[in-house]
Amino acid sequence: MSTPTATDLLPRLSDAAAGAVREGGDGDAVDGMPCRWVVSPADTPGVSAVLRVAHDEGLAVVVRGGGTKLGWGSPPERLDVILDTTRLDGLVDHAAGDLIAVVGAGRRLDDLQADLGAASQWFAVDPARRGTLGGLVATADGGPSRLLYGPVRDLVIGATMVRADGVVAKSGGKVVKNVAGYDLGKLLTGSLGTLGVITEVAVRLHPVAPAHRYVTVPVVSTRHAHALVQGVIHSHLVATACELDQPADGAATLAIRLDGIRPGVEARTAGALELLGAGAEASDDPPAWWGTEPGAPGDVRLKLTHEIASVTALLDIVAEASDRASVPVDVRGSVAVGTVTAALRAAHHQHDRAAVADLVDHLRAACSRSVGASGAGGTGGSVVVRDADPETKARLDVWGPVPALDLMRRVKHQLDPTRVLAPGRFVGGI
Amino acid sequence: MDVEALTAVLTPVLPEGAVITDHQRLRTYECDGLAQYRVVPALVVVPETAEQVAAVVAACAERGIPFVARGSGTGLSGGALPHADGVLIVLSRMRAILEIDRANQRAVVEPGVINLQLSNTTRPDGYYYAPDPSSQQVCSIGGNVAENSGGAHCLKYGFTTGHVTGLELVTPAGELLRIGGKAPDAPGYDLLGAVVGSEGTLGIATSVTVRLTRTPESVETLLAAFPDTDTAGQAVSSIIGAGVIPAAIEMMDALAIEAAEAAVHCGYPAGAGAVLIVELDGAAAEVRHQFDQISEYCTAAGAFEIRIAQDDAERALFWKGRKSAFAAVGRISPDYIVQDGVIPRTALPEALRRITALSVERGVRVANVFHAGDGNLHPLVLFDDAVPGEAERAEEVSGAIIDLCIELGGSITGEHGVGSDKAKYMPRMFTADDLDTMQLVRCAFDPSGIANPGKIFPTPRMCGEVPGRHQGAHPLVEAGLAEQF
Ligand SMILES: Cc1cc2nc3c(=O)[nH]c(=O)nc-3n(C[C@H](O)[C@H](O)[C@H](O)COP(=O)(O)OP(=O)(O)OC[C@H]3O[C@@H](n4cnc5c(N)ncnc54)[C@H](O)[C@@H]3O)c2cc1C
Repeated sequence: MSTPTATDLLPRLSDAAAGAVREGGDGDAVDGMPCRWVVSPADTPGVSAVLRVAHDEGLAVVVRGGGTKLGWGSPPERLDVILDTTRLDGLVDHAAGDLIAVVGAGRRLDDLQADLGAASQWFAVDPARRGTLGGLVATADGGPSRLLYGPVRDLVIGATMVRADGVVAKSGGKVVKNVAGYDLGKLLTGSLGTLGVITEVAVRLHPVAPAHRYVTVPVVSTRHAHALVQGVIHSHLVATACELDQPADGAATLAIRLDGIRPGVEARTAGALELLGAGAEASDDPPAWWGTEPGAPGDVRLKLTHEIASVTALLDIVAEASDRASVPVDVRGSVAVGTVTAALRAAHHQHDRAAVADLVDHLRAACSRSVGASGAGGTGGSVVVRDADPETKARLDVWGPVPALDLMRRVKHQLDPTRVLAPGRFVGGI
Repeated sequence: MDVEALTAVLTPVLPEGAVITDHQRLRTYECDGLAQYRVVPALVVVPETAEQVAAVVAACAERGIPFVARGSGTGLSGGALPHADGVLIVLSRMRAILEIDRANQRAVVEPGVINLQLSNTTRPDGYYYAPDPSSQQVCSIGGNVAENSGGAHCLKYGFTTGHVTGLELVTPAGELLRIGGKAPDAPGYDLLGAVVGSEGTLGIATSVTVRLTRTPESVETLLAAFPDTDTAGQAVSSIIGAGVIPAAIEMMDALAIEAAEAAVHCGYPAGAGAVLIVELDGAAAEVRHQFDQISEYCTAAGAFEIRIAQDDAERALFWKGRKSAFAAVGRISPDYIVQDGVIPRTALPEALRRITALSVERGVRVANVFHAGDGNLHPLVLFDDAVPGEAERAEEVSGAIIDLCIELGGSITGEHGVGSDKAKYMPRMFTADDLDTMQLVRCAFDPSGIANPGKIFPTPRMCGEVPGRHQGAHPLVEAGLAEQF
């Protein structure tokens, strides 16, 4: 493989993307790594043509949708081409009677929700964001409503992908019920663009409920948080979402969302007020923090998963790790699902990246203790670093221990043996 | 394959009596629920632990011997069809419910656990396992995982894949791995998503962690009788169009009703050209209100009788007719093919009209039973094998129905799987590149192609890096281990 130079490759990429290519600028860097070109193909064949060039020439390609989560994962080892999907933004089909839509991967989620809203339907991932559908699938980052509607992967019923070698492949279909062949959509969901470029996604939709309410309650202790979550999940409230907000220096709040027809929501709201107890309040509007990331831009953010019965352990472990490292940590997320985000406050860690690295190690060690040993147990979950500045990331193990890593490497090796797609970004240096 | 040599290797690592070589006993495993395909396996093993399964698979991997997993053998696509030169690994002795963890809404079970057995165990605690195939009294959770099985209530609750959070898996290389667990979102690729529904071609599940679902506060069931399937289909469209997602909407046509009456005397309204069973569950206040709405839609669409189940016994009677429909067809026809195809729900009236036309044109009776809410058709194509030519005509009609599903934008299978039976149809739904890409994933798990070969894919793929393999005909084909369609 000869070392490609800008002069011979630019025309080829330009041909492949029908002219939609430019040189990369400062704003196109990924985790501090600059890219040489940004290509914006308009359709699946265009993506295929770009990847064929990249594959032939040994270029490294990172896919970019809205660019809102581009900092997730390890920094890429190499980077030549940013493949921008925002022109793949068609609403290919919205079959309202079948509750499905086929959508270009580059369509923005807020645009998609607006399309569907006209038919009183929605794609059950909230809140509507600036990011693209393809980016959402690649990051598997659903919102609070996952409790009722399931994770992103359960909403994806079909996918068109372009392999690293340019071959276009579909799986699934346009019907919700379908078991023909392997479900590659699930494998692509959460793969951070390392297995293929998603160009079109078929999703299942849900009707928008006519009424909703939020019920919010102050949380007085980590045991109280656990008791509330257990109360909610074992009740008949059928909460759409159940979110906890635990700021580093303030009182925690638990909030649930209820959806349905007016009389049903009212009856369940009354039930929720009673169940959640002292201080519970109902409202039509969510708390200000609902569905947003904790902390401030620039914070190091971690995704923590946990068994849903380990809420006390989770919160205690975070508090202890935070004290130990003297780094304030805000926690927010879907405690009845088992995923929360922790934000390590920037002002306090900028000068001391070692403290952050130490905190992450400590969290991992504590969370991986066996679950249930009273008081001192682990959470049964994992700790993954999401946002962090490149220097901090360089000192961290972004992914932590990964079970079945060898099998994952084999999957990557089959689909992208020459490591065209986002080399180094995923688990184990995949 | 050298049966004696393998028997000698396996006997010491398995419990007494767990290696079966006697031909008569081997024959009892020659088919699954799709009895038209029969192959006597070279060897059957009945392991009791994950380590024993791993040892058997490792022995197969070392020798390049194919293996097939079998749960309860109720599959309807020949997925558990044995291999003549391979080992059938039967999981029916791995039937322990290992843990019920109510606080985490999870259960951990061995693969041979019967679907209904799990729900029966957890119901007193207010929980159940939601995926409910009609075969739930006999099928295994391991089989459900392999087939990504559905059931009547999957309209609201989703299929097996949404209810499995962890697996212990023996890979085709004989490694024992854990993927997922009780917590969600393990870092890395969603291997669980790839394995569930892979029909035993990516390994053998030796333990399954499943989500338990809270039993609903309220359940209401109605049975509505319509003059014909068109009007019943209209009611389905109105219900879904109004933004109501019932737990289940099931339809049966006149011939299916006739069969069910003959078999289980379910007492459905006389003279119905179609019946719908609609079940709503959830919070009491919602269910009551929406139930009235649904009754109105049924009446508006032309229902001439609506019965509302007054208690669990009556509900069970409504369901009895539906759940026994496949077997019941045996009462009105000596032989029948159970088809499983999917269409977009809105195409239901067109699909039914065209199936009727096909039936009239070819002189083959077709009874229709289906999950109307999600467009999953189960046409039962009736024939008499004793009459020359009937079986072939039935096979043609059955195939034409699958073509119709594809043409209408649906799928060749909604829940029974591809197995041996439908591999030949896969190229009608997927391109060679689509299938090639799926098989690349298979190569990652099973580079020598020994896990349930010949299923799903019409043409096996070379995996590239298997040492000692050569180009040309696929080694499995050469060795007579797989067929090329
Ligand atoms: C009357 C009747 C009604 C039915 N109704 C439905 C229905 O409503 N919905 C539905 O989805 N299906 C239905 N089925 C089909 C069948 O019951 C399901 O596919 C079921 O999941 C098969 O389970 P099993 O234990 O019998 O598996 P088997 O038939 O033994 O095996 C099925 C497949 O799973 C593989 N397998 C089995 N165990 C494992 C394991 N531990 N690890 C890996 N692979 C394994 C086998 O190799 C095979 O490919 C019905 C069948 C009958 C006979």
